[in-house]
This record gives sequence, structure tokens and C-alpha cells, in this order.
Amino acid sequence: MKLEDLTTKCKSTWCPGCGNFGLWGAFKNAAVSQNWDNTNTCLVAGIGCHGHILNFTKITSVEGLHGRAIPVATGIKLANNKLNVFVFTGDGDCLAEGGNHFIHACRRNHNLTIIVHNNALFSLTTGQTCPTTPLGEKTKSTPSGNLDYPIHPVTLAIASGATFVARAFASDLPKLQEIIIAANAHDGLSVVDVLQPCPTLNKDYTNQFFRENCYQLGPDHDVKNKVQAFAKSLEWGLKQIPLGILYQEEKPSYESAIIQIKEKPLIESSTNRNMEELFKKYV
Amino acid sequence: MAEKYSIKIGGSAGQGIKSAGLMLSKIATRSGLNIYTYTEYPSLIRGGHNVMQILISPEEVLAPSIKTDLLIALNKETIDLHLNELHDQAIILCDGEVFQGEKVISAPLSKLANEAGGGELLINTVALGATVGLLGGDLEILKNLITESFSVKPEIVEVNKVAAKSGYDFIVQNHADKITQTLKKAENIAPKMIINGNDGMALGAIAGGLQFASIYPMTPITGLLHNLALYQEQFGYIYKQPEDEISAINMAIGASVAGARALTATSGGGFCLMTEGLGLAGITETPVVVILGMRAGPSTGMPTWSENGDLQFALHAGHGDFPKIVLSAGDSREAFDLVKDALNLADKYQTPVILLVDKNICENDQSFHPLEISSQIDRGKLSLETIPDYQRYALSDDGISKRSVPGKGNFFIVNSDEHDEIGFSSEEIENRNSQMKKRMSKLQTCAKNDMPHPQIFGPQKADLTIVSNGSTKGAILESLKKFPNVNFLYLTWLNPFPADAVRNILAESKYILDIENNFLGQLADLIREKTGIEIMDKILKYDGRPIFPEEIEDKIRSIVIASDPPAGGERGNLNTEIASSPSTIAQGSRNDGGQI
Ligand SMILES: Cc1ncc(C[n+]2csc(CCOP(=O)(O)OP(=O)(O)O)c2C)c(N)n1
Ligand code: SF4
Repeated sequence: MKLEDLTTKCKSTWCPGCGNFGLWGAFKNAAVSQNWDNTNTCLVAGIGCHGHILNFTKITSVEGLHGRAIPVATGIKLANNKLNVFVFTGDGDCLAEGGNHFIHACRRNHNLTIIVHNNALFSLTTGQTCPTTPLGEKTKSTPSGNLDYPIHPVTLAIASGATFVARAFASDLPKLQEIIIAANAHDGLSVVDVLQPCPTLNKDYTNQFFRENCYQLGPDHDVKNKVQAFAKSLEWGLKQIPLGILYQEEKPSYESAIIQIKEKPLIESSTNRNMEELFKKYV
Repeated sequence: MAEKYSIKIGGSAGQGIKSAGLMLSKIATRSGLNIYTYTEYPSLIRGGHNVMQILISPEEVLAPSIKTDLLIALNKETIDLHLNELHDQAIILCDGEVFQGEKVISAPLSKLANEAGGGELLINTVALGATVGLLGGDLEILKNLITESFSVKPEIVEVNKVAAKSGYDFIVQNHADKITQTLKKAENIAPKMIINGNDGMALGAIAGGLQFASIYPMTPITGLLHNLALYQEQFGYIYKQPEDEISAINMAIGASVAGARALTATSGGGFCLMTEGLGLAGITETPVVVILGMRAGPSTGMPTWSENGDLQFALHAGHGDFPKIVLSAGDSREAFDLVKDALNLADKYQTPVILLVDKNICENDQSFHPLEISSQIDRGKLSLETIPDYQRYALSDDGISKRSVPGKGNFFIVNSDEHDEIGFSSEEIENRNSQMKKRMSKLQTCAKNDMPHPQIFGPQKADLTIVSNGSTKGAILESLKKFPNVNFLYLTWLNPFPADAVRNILAESKYILDIENNFLGQLADLIREKTGIEIMDKILKYDGRPIFPEEIEDKIRSIVIASDPPAGGERGNLNTEIASSPSTIAQGSRNDGGQI
């Protein structure tokens, strides 16, 4: 498989310098290295700038509703657990409109990889506040400053029970690629929070800002220690933004516990059913 | 024709009214008779008044009835609430400690239950035994049923049998003169199934090849999800309880995109949450079946009571134009068939199919000849092959494109944005127009290939034509038996709508009577929209109670009198709004009801 195999007829429509380019590149590199293609992989996206990625990536996909990518992906995985299923979602998509689904997917530990395009804004709708927007930030919907306290996707993911939680920076392609591969290899629910600069609308979280203020978690960070991981997930500030795998836990995935799909995926199961015995119960 | 015998068994929630009623029903069917049951209960788990009506007849029974012949009262409240429903010859079976009166056949239910060794919990079993004795039934059938129902708890089988026998013996020894032949075992007994709509729909879905269901609990479809959850491992499909109804429909859509036959079910409130998902299924051309079990709305409304009030909402649910098939079932056997049809239609037309039922269909039991699986599974243009130059949304004359699933080597985007033939987002004028036309043309294809002619019951031509859909069907058919010059146009297809057939049939009838369980006359509005015919005479009932045959018969008589003599003369306004039921079944409703 080559990078060109993933190219579609569509030209990318993101703004110059958009962090989505890096994320897209890292994903494609991961796909090429792992042979993720139309025979084994399905992508699902929500609605936002992030969702456009599907038009530029030649892997079978579903562009769902704003906020609802996760339940669609869950249905796909339950119906065909052989597929690698990736969710591309915005921080608005999965924490605002779809917050409920995010929490419950994490809690159930479905074998999905959720990639959060975190630009701390609603971008496609031209820059309103989002659950990740810092307190006091002036946006188009909070002209006098944001009054809502923000939450980090990684904090919510760990609290909700996700078993693989990581953060990466969109412009560091090799590291992001590595994390996406590890997330997909993990049997259970993986959340990858990708710090994604939106140079058009977010003048604070720029490429330079992240370059200067992020650091990689080192060997002293114990990914199995949930308390330590949770503490790290809350860390945010100048020179204080941790990147890497924050938390990983071995725990049976939801799909691995369903006996109906132990031997083969649901879509290959027989639909010719003998109803005689069941009918007798009603006589 | 033999008369129906109507038994009402009442007590507080937790006294086992429903299970006793179902056992009595099975005793009847195993004796060669037919049954119909109707249960009323408030939104509470314990306390509150529960009452179940069981109608028994050698003929088929199709609807609940206002009259009561035997009232089995397990508490005093049952007598207070239902005494004035009893006609002159009716009788009451109860504990003498609870109530004394002229109609009463008393049996020491509580004492016998305690002697049997199970305390007050066995009162319903003692009452069942006494009822079997009183109606000339076979005690052995009841004993077999006890063994079957408590097979997982063998230790309580014996005490229940003792309790049943003591009730039976007490009647035989003390009230021999009152014993009737109502439950007498027939010579030749053909097996019958007793199912409610939630059973019928679960069985239909399993028989129809269901592979995935995601359903959030809500009265009245909760029984459906309980059934589906129970049999999933045996039949190999998956039932998943999602976090809300938005997730329910989106999960079902995801499973369907991946190739699984998928459905979801809900009631009005949950259906509100599903509407954006309906449009997603519409524009992405994803098959999905949505069962809408209606209850009395709006909002939380009356959760455990019935209505046909979401008909227009279902027809119009979702923004923008997309093809949506809307079917309506009238009883549990039809619900069994229509779920199977809905799964096929969804796959064939790659679009959402809504099946309307209501609380009365979901929860009323009816006996039928054993179900048969008549239709084959039809997955339409689904392909699991790798297709060269594949186009998911290729234009076609019938509006239907070949459907692939992820993982088969074909690239496509299942896109909620308007898209081109491959699925890439597109806002071009020509593409938009051709994709819209393609999608919408599926309705014409469906009307042409799959929509049946609507059913007419009774004579082809009649002086009065009743028109209705849904659970009023049974009551209308019961009343038709008394009026040879009345027929009934019964509708199961609401979209696409058989407009020409309905127009032709209604144009032939002198008088038309529309019967609906809602305030506005939503079916009449649909008929006017599609045929231009405005129906003036209506029975509209929105108190949550079923429409009883007696009410329809009164209405028919009033029309016949008002229109005579001579036809064409001035008639009064015949609109009837049955704001509160003449039946005191209605009084089972209490303002202490909690919420479900
Ligand atoms: C139900 C619904 N509500 C609102 C919108 C409008 N809308 C589209 S994208 C979006 C927010 C996008 O923010 P985010 O998910 O963070 O994505 P980004 O554009 O930042 O990548 C909103 C509010 C919609 N499409 N659907
Ligand atoms: S608005 Fe922001 S997120 Fe959207 S494409 Fe432009 S830079 Fe990227």
C-alpha cells in the first residue's frame, strides 16, 4: 500500500496552516504502515471542520450527524467486529452535542479508536465557545469572555472508563502516527486527544504555542496508575501540557464479551431461524 | 353465535393480577376457547390499582368490552371501582372478609392461601382455582400451567398446586349450584398461541432475520426489548440498551451500514429524539426499522395509556424531504407480519420504515392459530462482493442503487451531507436535483411494487363506511357483526398512501364514519390531504382508553336514526368526542399515578 492509494478526487478544503493537515498526514502514514484499507477499515466522522477528512481519504466511511459519530461507529463495530473502526470527531462534536455518547462509549469499553480534533472552538460555525475553550476567552458567542469552565477530553475519558487515553500534537506527525497505531492495537476504547491548531480562528493555541508548552511524558509516568494518569490529565499551562499515553489498562473489550460474535462477525450470522420451539412457549 | 364471557380480575399492583390473568387465558385456550385481554394499570410498580379483563368465547374475540360477567376481586378497592359496571346477572368472586353483597360468591381466599403454606402471596392462585371450579374448567390444566411457570422454582410448585386445588374444591363443595360450563373443555382442541404485540413484534423480528436492535426502555415497547434481550444468544442477534434514543437510532444505522438487519423501537418522547436520525437514514439510504409504540401524549402524558396521536408526527418526522415508509398495525398478529415486512421494505428501498402500534396492541393479549412464517427474507440490492468502479449512490430508474458494506474492498462515503454518486460531499445544482429525485422516486417504486390494496371488511358496498387504522380495528370488526349494511375500510399503509383506492371506495359510500384514538382526527386529515374527501362524522377518543364496540354500535345507531328519513336530509352534527369513557374501566385511572 502507498500513500497515493489513499488519495481521492477531492482537494482538501482546510485553511492554510490548519492543524487538520498534520492529523490527516499522520493518520495516512499509519494506514499505509498498517495496511488499513477498504477491506478491513471503516472511518466515521461527525460534523465540523474535522469531518471533511473523509472526503480526502480513500477508505470507506460514514459522515454522520453532528455529535453522533460515536453511536454510529458503535453500531458498525457490533455488526462487524473484524473492522478497524476510527472515529474522527471535534471537541464540540463529542463533548458538547455528543457528550452523552462519549461518556457511555468510554464506560462500555467498545473496541473503537476515537480521535478528537481539539481546537478549543466550534470552528466550522466560525468560532464559538466549546467545552474545551479556556475560561474568559473571547469568542463570537462569548464576546465578553467565556463564563464556562473547560474540561479536557482526556480527563473526561479517564473518568468515564476509557482504557487507552493519550494526547498528541497534530504537527508532530511521527509521534501522532505511533499513538494512532497503538490506540488501534489496544483492545478496548481508545481516546486520542489531538491538539489541533486552528490558525484562522484561535489565535492563542497556535503551532508555536504548542511547540513551546508541550512535553512528552517520560518513563517515570506509570500508564497503569489511574490516579497518576488522572492528575496528569488535569495538568495544563505554560510548559505544562503533557503528551503521550496517559493511561492504559488491560480489560476485556465490550465486543470480546458477546458470545454471539465469538466465532464470526454478526453480519455473517445466519438469519434462517427455526421458530418452532419458541412459538411453543406461547401455546 | 355464542356470547363472550367477560372476566375482570383486580387487585393492587404486586398481587399477581397479570400472571393470574394470563394463566386463566391459557386455561381457556387449552380448553379450546379464544381469549382477548386488556390490562389497565397506573405508572407504578407497587400499590395502585391493577385490573385485567379476560374475554372468553368459542369464537374469536377481537376487542375489550364494557360489560363484565364475573368480577374477581382480590381487594376491596376492586369492588369499589367496578361494582357499578356489573349487570344484573353478573357475579363477584371474593373473600367474604373483604365484601358481602347479593352478587357475591364468597370463598375464604386468604384463609385457604395461608393453609396452603404460602401466605397472602397465594391469594391469586386460590382465586384461580376457585374460578376454574366456578366456570366448569379442568383443574389439571391449571396444575400443568403452574408446573410450567414455576419450572425454575420447583419448591413453590407444590404449594401453588395445593392452593389452586383448595380454591377449586371450596367452590365445588359449597357453591355447586353456581357452576357454569364457560370453561368446559371442547372435544377437539386446536392449539392456539397467546401473544401481545410486544411478543408478536419480537417473534416477527427474529423470524424476519433481525441481527441488531438498540432500544431504550419506554412504555409501551418495554416488553418488546425484554423479549429481544432474552432470546439474543439463542438466535445469534444482538440487542443493546443504548444511553438514549438518539444513540438507539444512530447505533441501528451504524449496524445497518455495516450490513446487519437493524431496528429500534420507542414511544413518542423517544421518537422525538430520533427524528434527526431518521433524516440521516433517509439521505444516506440506510435501511432501518423504527417501531413507534404510541401512548397518550404530549410529553410524559399518560404513560400507561393508549393513543393514536403520533400518526401525523410519524408521517412528517424529520426535516427536509426524504422517502419514509409508514405502516400501521391493528393487532399483535398483524404486528408480527408487519415487522417482517418492514425489515424487507427497509432493505429493499434502503430507507427508514416506521411501524406504528400503540399501548393496546403492545400489551393486550389475543389468542391466534399458531403463527406462520409466510414471507421470505429479502435483502434487496445488498451486495457483499468487490464491485469494479463501485458507486454507492448510482442513479437508477427505480431510485435504488446497489448497496455495499464496509470491508468488501469498495470505496464509498455514507454521507449525511448531500453527495455525489460515490458519496463525496457535493452542493452542485445538477447533482442535488438528481440525487433528490433518485431518493424520492423510491416511494413511487414502492407504491407500485409493494403497496397492497387496502382491506375492506363487510360488504363491498354499504350504506355506511367506517374508516380507521390501528388498534380500533378489533372493536370495529366486533361491531360490524351487528350491522350487515356497514363496511370498514381498514388502512395499514399510511406512506406511501393508497390514495386512488381510498378515494374510490369512499366516493361510493353514502356515509363515512372516521374512528380514531386522538383529538384532532389525524387520519381524517391525511385522507383529506390525499383524496380531497372531508369526513364529517367522527368518533374521536383521547382519554387513553380503547374504543369499545358498544360505543361504536351506539354511534352507528345514531347515524342510522339521524339519517332516516329520508337520506340526504339535514343531519345534526354527528361528531362525537368521547372525552370520558362511559365505561367505568376508566375509573381505574388514578391521580396518584407515578411516571414511567
Ligand atoms: C444538530 C446540529 N446542531 C448544530 C450544527 C451546526 N454545527 C456544525 S459543526 C458545529 C460545531 C463544530 O465544532 P467541532 O465539533 O469542535 O468541530 P470543528 O469545526 O472545530 O472541527 C456546529 C455547532 C449541526 N450541524 N447540527
Ligand atoms: S477554521 Fe480552523 S479548523 Fe477549520 S479549517 Fe480553518 S483552520 Fe482548520
